[in-house]
Formats: sequence, C-alpha cells, structure tokens
Amino acid sequence: MIRTPARYRLLAMFVLPALVVYVAFAVYPLLSSVFLSFFESSGQTSAFVGVANYVDLFTNPTTSARFWNALGNNVEFFLIHLLVELPVGLLMAALLTSGRLRRSVGLYRTLLFVPATLSVVIVGFIWRLIINPLWGVVDFPLLGLESTALPTISLMSVWQYIGIPMIFLYTALLAIPDDVIEASRIDGAGAWTAFWRIKFPLIAPQFGLIVILTYIWTFNGFDIVYALNGSAPGPNYSTDILGTFFYRSFFGSSGQVADLDLGATVASVIFLLILVTTAAYFWVVQRRLKSYEL
Amino acid sequence: MATDTLSRPATASAPASAPRTRPRRLADVFAGGGVHLVLIVMSIFSVVPILIVLMNSFKTTQGIFGSPFALPDAETFNLQGYINVFTRGNFLLNYQNSLIVTLTTIILTIVLGTLAAWALVEYTVPITPVLAGFFVVGIMLPIRLGTVPLIKIMTSTGLMDTLTALIFVYTAMQLPLAIALMTTYFRAVPTELKEAARIDGAGEWRTLSITLPIVRVGIAAVASITMLPVWNDLWFPLILAPSKENQTVTLGVQQFVGQFQNDYPALLASLTLGAVPLVILFAVFSRQYIAGLTKGYGK
Repeated sequence: MIRTPARYRLLAMFVLPALVVYVAFAVYPLLSSVFLSFFESSGQTSAFVGVANYVDLFTNPTTSARFWNALGNNVEFFLIHLLVELPVGLLMAALLTSGRLRRSVGLYRTLLFVPATLSVVIVGFIWRLIINPLWGVVDFPLLGLESTALPTISLMSVWQYIGIPMIFLYTALLAIPDDVIEASRIDGAGAWTAFWRIKFPLIAPQFGLIVILTYIWTFNGFDIVYALNGSAPGPNYSTDILGTFFYRSFFGSSGQVADLDLGATVASVIFLLILVTTAAYFWVVQRRLKSYEL
Repeated sequence: MATDTLSRPATASAPASAPRTRPRRLADVFAGGGVHLVLIVMSIFSVVPILIVLMNSFKTTQGIFGSPFALPDAETFNLQGYINVFTRGNFLLNYQNSLIVTLTTIILTIVLGTLAAWALVEYTVPITPVLAGFFVVGIMLPIRLGTVPLIKIMTSTGLMDTLTALIFVYTAMQLPLAIALMTTYFRAVPTELKEAARIDGAGEWRTLSITLPIVRVGIAAVASITMLPVWNDLWFPLILAPSKENQTVTLGVQQFVGQFQNDYPALLASLTLGAVPLVILFAVFSRQYIAGLTKGYGK
C-alpha cells in the first residue's frame, strides 16, 4: 500500500523520538561506561590505559578482595532468590489455577503480589522492625551476624518479589487449553499426575525466563542492601553485593576514595557478567525449551 | 468456602453412580479447603507485616513499644506521627516530586512507545526488525550500570539534580518494555481497518488515531507497569536528584528512616504514606499490570 521510500520516512518520523531518548539515556551511557573503563582520568585530562583499570580491580589487594567478596555474595543472593522463589511461586500459581477456587482467585493473587508494590525502603524497614531482637519476633540479631545477615536480607527481598514468578507461572498455567487437561482426566490421570506430567512440562519455558530475569535483577541489585545497611554494608562487608560495591567505587565511602574510572570498570564487569550469561542462556537454553510450546 | 466447593458440579462429568460419587465429593471438599488454607496462610504472611506498620503508625511511642502487635486502643491511639511528618519533613514536596516524575514518565513512555511500536508494526523495510530487536534488547539492559556517563551527561547539560534528569532516564528505561508490549497489541489490530482508513484518504496520523481505541488495553498496561519501578526507585533519585527540593518520596522516606530513628510514630507514618498510594493503584490496576508484565517479558 505505502511505497518503500515513504515507509522509510514514516518509520523514521515515528521511531525517532523514542530512539533518541533510548540511545541518549540508556544505550550510550552503558556503552560509554565500557569505553570509560579503558581510560584513566585525572582532573580535565584522561589517558588511554588499556586494561589497567581491570588489572587494578582484579589484583589490587584492597579492591580485589572487596570485588570477589561482593561477587560471591551476589551469587548467594541470586541462589537464595532462585531456590525459594521458584518452588514457592510454583506452589502459589498451582494453587491459584487448581480450579478449586472461584471468585477468590483475584483476591489471593492481589494479596500475594502486594509486597512487590512497596518500595524496598519500606520493605527493609518493616522486616528490620519485625526481626528486631528488642521489639520483634526473634531474640537473635539476624542482621548483626556475618553468617545470617545476607540470607536474611535475601529472604526479605524474596518476600517482596515472590509475586513476580508467581504471576509468570500463573499466566502460563492459565494459557494451557482446558481440553488437554480434560483429555488426561478421561485417560484416568488425577490432578497430581495431570500437573506434573502435562502442565509442568508445558510451563517449562517460563522457568527459564524466571531464572534469567532473577539473575539480571539480582546482579543489578542494590536497593534492599543499601536501604538496610548503607553503602559499606556490614557486618564486615558480609552483605556487600556488586551494586553496593559499584556505588561505593564511584561515590566513595569512609575508607575508600571516589573513583569514576574504577566505577566505570566495575559497571563494565557487571554488565559483561549479565550480557554473557543472558546471551548464553538465550542461545543454549531458551531455544530448546521453546520446542515444548503448544 | 466449603459450600462453595460443594455447590460446584465437581463430579458432573463422571457418570454418576452413587457409591463412587460420595467419597470423591468429600475428598473434593478437603482438597478445596486445603487449597484455601495454604493460600490464606501465604496471604497472611505477605500482608500482615504491612498491616503491622500501618497499625502502629496510629499509636503513641509507648503503644508501639509496649504492645507492638496490638491494635491501637483508646489509650494508645495517636495521630501525632502524621502531624510530625507533615510539619517537620518535606513530605508534601516529596509527594509532588514523585507525582511529577512518575506521571510525566508514564505520559512520555506511552506517547513515544506507542509511536515507535506503531511504526515497527506498520512500516516494514529491511531495517525494521533490526530496530525492533535493538529496542527489545533494552528490556534486559541494566541502565543503572551506565550511571557514571549519565552523571557526566547530566552535568554537562545542566540537568544534574533536576526532576527532568530523572524523567529522561526513566523514560529510556521503560521504553523497551513499552514498545515490546504495544507491538503485540498493534499486531492484533485488523489490517482491513487500517487499509479502509487509508483508502478513505486518512493520513498516517489519522490512521494511527483510529486504531488507538483498539489498543487502549495495551496503553493501560504500559501505564501500570511503568508506575511501580519509577515511583519506587531509590538509585537514580539518590544520584541524579538528591537535594531536598528534588527528593522523591522513596528517597525522602529513606532519609527519614535515618533522621528520625527516635520518632517512631512519625517514621511509621511516613512509611505508611509512602506505600499507600501505590498499593491502592496496584489493587485497582492489577489486571492491566499482570497483562503488561507477562506479555511484555514473555514475548
């Protein structure tokens, strides 16, 4: 209908405003961050130093110890999310779609999701209050011990965001046509068998999506830790994750000077971690999972 | 609950022979009750912590510490916390800032996202899928990691420590999801409708405006998924708009937590005021939110 030259003109006209904002405030800053990480700036001048900033990050005794510590903590932060959110979210979604509820589905769905609508500042405070040894339900400083602080913060975050995997799995379960389940029932399958043998394999691609999104969100995490423990998260950096390490590296803190180049380098390393994992996931895992779709 | 399950024709599909039907119905009642029981426990676990804060925000300090899990009574009921928040903090200003930032971001995201998604569906040339892919990648991009250059951009354009800086960054952050979402809605618009409009002599803007009522569900979904991350974000207000007159509610509450550690009623009141509007908005728009979340990420 529309001639090709006109198409180019119209495409440009309609896409350009979005493209300009997206490139200027998302794509360019990210790429520029990677670019900056190869420079050493002092005052107004900056010089190309190759991978020196990376070498410094990985080998300088003070920064590298902090970096590996933050990375390790972040892996733990991610794994706790994954191990709790997937099974509990699946249970919630399975119960919501079990066919044993009627009008109450919407109410439960909303109630279970409500924590995800709060800001982390509020979530952190609520839980700090509840687990406060003087005030709350445990007489044990969960946030004060190196061994329990990170799992405690992770579980607070899980409490908040459990609604998201629940919703992904819930909508996937709803999308399964009734006649598939009906057919299995006629063949003599009970609810349990129907769930594990039919529904579960059909929603498998959603697990992949949840895993990768959880990975991206936790490796990009910052807010809950900062809200609870500030930018040098104790006790003794035991709750320091890559996000707080990144903040500290370019803003500085007591015992650490602000360093934009180091900040850009840390950001690039986190970016690379996310990019490589996400790309690998889409190439290797998601393509195989797609084949199960109806 | 139990009557609900009973009245359901649970065994209607099975050929009814009395001895087989009765035990199965009983099992259904138990199973139905069990499902409710587990969900009720889970719902309590997700809502009660919030209610504890809400409830204690209406108490005196003594009431909060004396019996933290009791409802306010005649002796402990007190609104002093709310009075303190409004007289000592910048709460109204914080609200105003959050409203300006969130609403402007939502409008910009809807307008720019809708135009771009329309074009990506309508005007197919070899570069169109490349552009679409370029935007989709952004759903996964953690824009926070571009903070160092963003500070430089904002400083050199004089936008540092302004609400405008936040609006631009948030719009850029939400556009990929908005475009992905609107694309799926525009794809569902019948081609005949658009062609008919063009044959009748409608320009491209007019044709787009004719399809807008059809994609309004998508627009509502974009608005509701944009609202939460923008209102609740802590990172960018902390870095790009930290001064008192530009603070958003989230940052204001965060600083309040530090400042008024000894005024618990005011602290709890500020937390409640920070949470209430979004919880209500979510409750109203949860359907659109869920549609937006799953269609945006799933596709």
